[in-house]
Amino acid sequence: MSARVLSNTGVMLGRSIRHVTRSMDTIITVTIMPIALMLLFRYVFGGAIQTGTDNYVNYLMPGILLIAIASGISYTGFRLFNDMQSGIFERFHSMPIARSSVLWGHVLTSLVSNAISVVVIIVVGLIMGFRSSAGVLAWLAITGILVLFTLALTWVAMIAGLAASSTDGATAFSYPLIFLPFISSAFVPTDTMPGPVRAFAENQPVTSIVDTIRALLEQQPVGNEIWISLAWCAGILIVAYAFAMTAYRRKIA
Amino acid sequence: MEAQPLAIRVSGLHKSYQKLHVLKGVDFAVASGSVFALLGSNGAGKTTVVRILSTLLKPDGGTASVGGFDVVAQPEQVRESISLTGQFAAVDEILTGRENLIMVAKLRQVNNPGQVADDLLERFGLADAGGRRVATYSGGMRRRLDIAMSLIGDPPVIFLDEPTTGLDPEARIEVWKEIQSLAGKGTTVLLTTQHLEEAEKLADRIAILHQGTIIVNGTLAELRKLLPPAKAELVERQPTLEEIFLAIVGNKEVRR
Repeated sequence: MSARVLSNTGVMLGRSIRHVTRSMDTIITVTIMPIALMLLFRYVFGGAIQTGTDNYVNYLMPGILLIAIASGISYTGFRLFNDMQSGIFERFHSMPIARSSVLWGHVLTSLVSNAISVVVIIVVGLIMGFRSSAGVLAWLAITGILVLFTLALTWVAMIAGLAASSTDGATAFSYPLIFLPFISSAFVPTDTMPGPVRAFAENQPVTSIVDTIRALLEQQPVGNEIWISLAWCAGILIVAYAFAMTAYRRKIA
Repeated sequence: MEAQPLAIRVSGLHKSYQKLHVLKGVDFAVASGSVFALLGSNGAGKTTVVRILSTLLKPDGGTASVGGFDVVAQPEQVRESISLTGQFAAVDEILTGRENLIMVAKLRQVNNPGQVADDLLERFGLADAGGRRVATYSGGMRRRLDIAMSLIGDPPVIFLDEPTTGLDPEARIEVWKEIQSLAGKGTTVLLTTQHLEEAEKLADRIAILHQGTIIVNGTLAELRKLLPPAKAELVERQPTLEEIFLAIVGNKEVRR
């Protein structure tokens, strides 16, 4: 990586971070929905849900964070789509800069803005009674998994941003992603679900990621789940990256 | 002028979009430091030519070079020599005018980006608006900012794709002045336009792109010779609406 790539990417990151901080509605919608879900499940449904733990906020937290990231990346698709439409994408591509910095600026912005919303949600969780005895290593592992998950979904968002023909198309892809945690172990244990639903829930990425983060928070052994969740994230990342680059080459060719 | 080196050379350029054959062998050359106007109706392929020259689009056939560099084989060197002002103002609406300029200056790794931005804001009559978000700018202000962004780093070749489309008469005259001052400083300008008056006013050479090829290419004087000589007729000359408009609103030198 040359100095020019780093410098260009830095400028691109600064630019789209300003887009995030200047449209407060994106930050609010990204954090408010997961926080509302957390309140709903903790204070409305929570009393009737049997999870076998005494702290339901702890149980909820991993799934809530994944929902926040899944809704956060829809704005990454939206921002990239707007660049494609506005002509600024072409301006950048006709300039003597590292072309890769145009996409990487969006990817890094996605990581930064999702990190901000994750921190906000954890703070609200702490107020609601979220507690963890996890040590530094466990938190580092959790951070690593969340970063990898964000990166994987961000590249999914890049496909949408590059290939969509309307604003709706550039953001709608994230709805199923936001919905996935509901059919997983994020809110309730999977054992009470009927056969096919349970089979789906137990074999989709969210369950293994949620179980891994939950185990790390509770200082329980993570077992194979951590490898399954890392494999899911890495797999989605590689496939999404390949598709995004294909869509990108089609746009600039 | 023929002795000057060529800034742009296009030969046998072909481009199709699916079944639509837009360029069917386009040839022209632009001398260094001159203003070249590419005329044509909507859909004639002017923008396609500009996009190929600015390395945004690959031609299906033929060659094109800018500043001696081939657009397909040496796109990075081409991008070092050019600046593109596209058909639609390519500005960042969420940033302020000043931030837009600083962004481009930093990307082009120009020294002292803040000073460069302030100078350009002043020159384009945007000094007061520099701290405002571009979303609040009028069409003319956006266009001026767009052109200002293209001048950063003093690229030797500038492409202006319909730079005055959608501008009011005053803003148009200002853009024209800016183009003339660029040409005065030795910048090569390739201009596409549908306004014949614009080409007449600015261009050293004019080419007409029609149905995929250049059908005419020459100076204004040469093009005039293509038609039968002017006949002397007595016509009462009424002021044009544009002249009336400009006289009434006052054709100010500097607009804010």
